[in-house]
Amino acid sequence: MWPHLVRRRLPSKAMVYLSPVLALVLSMLAGIILFLIMGVSPLGALHAFFIEPLSSVYGLAELGVKATPLVLIGVALALGFKAGVWNIGAEGQLTMGAICGGVVALYFYDREGFYIIPLMLGAGVFGGVAWAAIVAFLRVRFNANEILTSLMLSYVAGLLLNMLMHGPLKDPDGFNFPESRQFSDSALLPLLQEGTRLHIGAIIALAAVALGWLILSRTLLGYQIKVAGSAPAACEHAGFSHAKIIWTTLLLGGGMAGLAGTIEVAGPIGQLLPNISPGYGFTAIIVAYVGRLHPLGVLFAGLLLALTYLGGETAQIQLNLPVAVTGVFQGLLLFFLLASDVLILYRLQFGMAAPAVETS
Amino acid sequence: MLKKTLFSLVLAAALAVGTTAAAETKAAFVYVGPIGDHGYSYQHDQGRLALEKELGIKTSYVESVPEGADAERVIRQLASSGHNIIFTTSFGFMNPTLKVAKQFKDIKFEHATGYKRADNVSTYSARFYEGRTILGTIAGKMTKSNVVGYIASFPIPEVIRGIDAFTLALRKVNPAATVKVVWVNSWFDPGKEGDAAKALIDQGVDIITQHTDSPAPLQVAESRGVYAFGQASDMKAFAPKAQLTSIIDNWNNYYIDRVKAVMDGTWTSTDTWHGLKQGMVEMAPYGDAVPADVRQLADGVKQAIIDGTLHPFQGPIKNQKGELVVKAGEVISDADLLGLNWYVEGVEGSIPK
Amino acid sequence: MDLLIPAMLTIITAATPLLFAALGEMVTEKSGVLNLGVEGMMVMGAIIGFIAVHASGSVTVAIFAAVLAGICMAAIFALFVLTFHASQVPTGLALTIFGIGLSALMGQNMVGIAYGGMPKIAIPGLAALPVVGTLFFQQDFLVYLSIAMVAAIHYFLHKTRAGLILRAVGDSHDAAHAMGYSVIKIRFMAILFGGAMAGLSGAYLSLAYSPMWVEQMTAGRGWIALALVVFACWRPVRVLFGAYLFGGISILQLHAQALGIGIPSQVMSMLPYLATILVLVIISRDVSKIKLNAPASLGRPFHPSR
Repeated sequence: MWPHLVRRRLPSKAMVYLSPVLALVLSMLAGIILFLIMGVSPLGALHAFFIEPLSSVYGLAELGVKATPLVLIGVALALGFKAGVWNIGAEGQLTMGAICGGVVALYFYDREGFYIIPLMLGAGVFGGVAWAAIVAFLRVRFNANEILTSLMLSYVAGLLLNMLMHGPLKDPDGFNFPESRQFSDSALLPLLQEGTRLHIGAIIALAAVALGWLILSRTLLGYQIKVAGSAPAACEHAGFSHAKIIWTTLLLGGGMAGLAGTIEVAGPIGQLLPNISPGYGFTAIIVAYVGRLHPLGVLFAGLLLALTYLGGETAQIQLNLPVAVTGVFQGLLLFFLLASDVLILYRLQFGMAAPAVETS
Repeated sequence: MLKKTLFSLVLAAALAVGTTAAAETKAAFVYVGPIGDHGYSYQHDQGRLALEKELGIKTSYVESVPEGADAERVIRQLASSGHNIIFTTSFGFMNPTLKVAKQFKDIKFEHATGYKRADNVSTYSARFYEGRTILGTIAGKMTKSNVVGYIASFPIPEVIRGIDAFTLALRKVNPAATVKVVWVNSWFDPGKEGDAAKALIDQGVDIITQHTDSPAPLQVAESRGVYAFGQASDMKAFAPKAQLTSIIDNWNNYYIDRVKAVMDGTWTSTDTWHGLKQGMVEMAPYGDAVPADVRQLADGVKQAIIDGTLHPFQGPIKNQKGELVVKAGEVISDADLLGLNWYVEGVEGSIPK
Repeated sequence: MDLLIPAMLTIITAATPLLFAALGEMVTEKSGVLNLGVEGMMVMGAIIGFIAVHASGSVTVAIFAAVLAGICMAAIFALFVLTFHASQVPTGLALTIFGIGLSALMGQNMVGIAYGGMPKIAIPGLAALPVVGTLFFQQDFLVYLSIAMVAAIHYFLHKTRAGLILRAVGDSHDAAHAMGYSVIKIRFMAILFGGAMAGLSGAYLSLAYSPMWVEQMTAGRGWIALALVVFACWRPVRVLFGAYLFGGISILQLHAQALGIGIPSQVMSMLPYLATILVLVIISRDVSKIKLNAPASLGRPFHPSR
């Protein structure tokens, strides 16, 4: 008899916490098979993926560095997705934030001052907000679907950055290579731990988690977001406009992505490059959902995703596993994480299907 | 059967983990693309494999490393996990390489195509433009329409050097010929590269050369009955009739020499810019379509470059406006070549800035 | 005219992979499911198609293999989102990560191997026509198929009972369920169809467009296809228009560059994206029409026992 899924009367509290554990166990089992096929020791591979990156202070700090942009963007995107606003162009908003923050840093390249970093962060937020505002405006005014506009604008932002790097922003002493000057010390984010790259951006990301949680659970806006997401038509009845929610969530997402962009260039990179982000804006979408669109969940999801990237590098170094294996393993892990949540609302029943329940 | 295979795999893997000798020299490579790109990173990886074979040492590599925040971590991780020499094979790894090198004084670093060095950081690069001179010579002799197409990736000095060297050689043998450049803004998108080739051919180009990674333009040339040059490796399999020759990146000897130097304790920080003479740049065998006199001419150019009697950037050189920039008898210095950002006369269009 | 006809031919090859993938995704979305894994399904179609043509020497076998690969990938997606109620958006993204990785692994020994490309099929009689003949009747099989699919899907969605049911499921799964239709089964089929079409798109890339295998050779075309579905407002003929518009501007900007136009190439490369946005803005102004065509339940999970 096939096991069937049967809807629970009440969501399972235990499964809220147990399902990710189950997912991890399942991914490890799948991973063992995958690594055996690849001809490496499964234990060695799992160690490389999950233990090795966490076994030094530097590794832990790097986890923070890698997770920072994912969490920052993921939190804001989660609010948007909850409201049913499909901003899949955070990558472009991040790029614009990096450009704006970077321009400030380059403008002040020969000056020192405490004011430079706040100005950069402000410019970064502005850049992201401005880019997302185009999406919001086109959506609200012209009804143009944000999936398309935000995605297309990501490509445009990438090309714009490329153009600037080959033109006005390139290092005057850099032999015409497409890199900017290196930022001055005043334009680099302070480190939290000497000898590592962990910077105050990580604290900003934690603050964003707290802020996101506050907005969702304690403010009117949070309530409106939930209403807009579950029944857009009900907005007007509840006394607020749907357009306002679209604007708010898109600008919030754009601002956070822009901030993340500036934090990347002012933190671990330290200059403007033609490629700022290896797809953080897209990965953050996954992070938002794996975190169940809950700010705390996003934090854990961001850390977990970051760990798989670090682990993938370690696996390449230690076991000569091609990077493609990391992709396959990440995919499997995500499948299991996303699917295990079914157990919160459903339980497995062995034997005959309950009559009123449709199974496939 | 399966069970047995699995078991032996586990056993082999367990053994592999257990036998890491401490004194062995280990080399590591950081690639910007996947090794399956059949282009730039692929050729570097061929060098790594040659190194393993020649010296019997262990190597590690990390592929598809983004030129951003991740590079520093990857390089550092390689440095702290027992590697003695680390090759970072893309320009964007320059500053991360230097940062890590500062913290790991005992480890040797080799950065490709950059210009910053340190006591434990060497740079190396290939004079691919020497190969472009040979391509230009062949193209000048073989074009009927006197318009030649150039598919370019990004307007970095290396690509512009290639365009200029090609054009200079082209017009030396055929002053009426011009070069049309199309930028695809990607190192790597076979579809788009092929489209660019088609667009160029439609506009009357009868020879295609490229500074992008995939063999797609050659395939297009083959199917349209025009000629083309390969890039990074011999791409004859993709265009048996169309490929006239190809510039081959050959890092094998450099990698072997440098790792040997580490083993012998003779490694010092150097700035290497090798070309045809040292075999870092090689030419694939001529295609059947290249007539004997053209082969002879091209061979002569190649030999002259190797002997040092011909410099690809020998004056007189005029810029696009027709102004004389390099006088007869002078050459463009290496320092100026490093940052070259202007087109010579005969290139159509302007450099994207 | 000398330039126009060859340019048009190039546009057709550039548009065809977008058209296949977007049509498939449109049918999936019409059933109410948003699958962001197009890129992953496409790249698997590309590698499996290429492996198959290399192993069997038969284009037919290769096309079937690529379709099957797309279907298998789609089945994974369907299993997770329909059976295990996983969220559609991240599951689709995970499918893309998975597909890109798996295709790279499977293709390790396929790098550097050449294939001559799909044969062109001249339609007897028509192919000899001036202009039209060259453009439309001397193409390869997949180009013909892509156009035929536009008509077939249009007919299916708007003229058949099955199409009506599919749209009903996408518009209101609860109502469709109440009427006795199996929402899950219908969505499963729609997802598999989307996978098959993405597989065809991949096959076109690795067998006809640039007949070779290199890692990540889809280069983001799956994402463009996704955007085109939205652009088309879920209508097959408009998908055709969108794919040819995007492909057309991509090619024309290359031509403009070759003509020596003085605009930075990066700006030229932005044009297809900007034009798509612009046209979307112009055609989106009629809200009622969008409401009529957009599947109302898109992206929403279906819990049958509610």
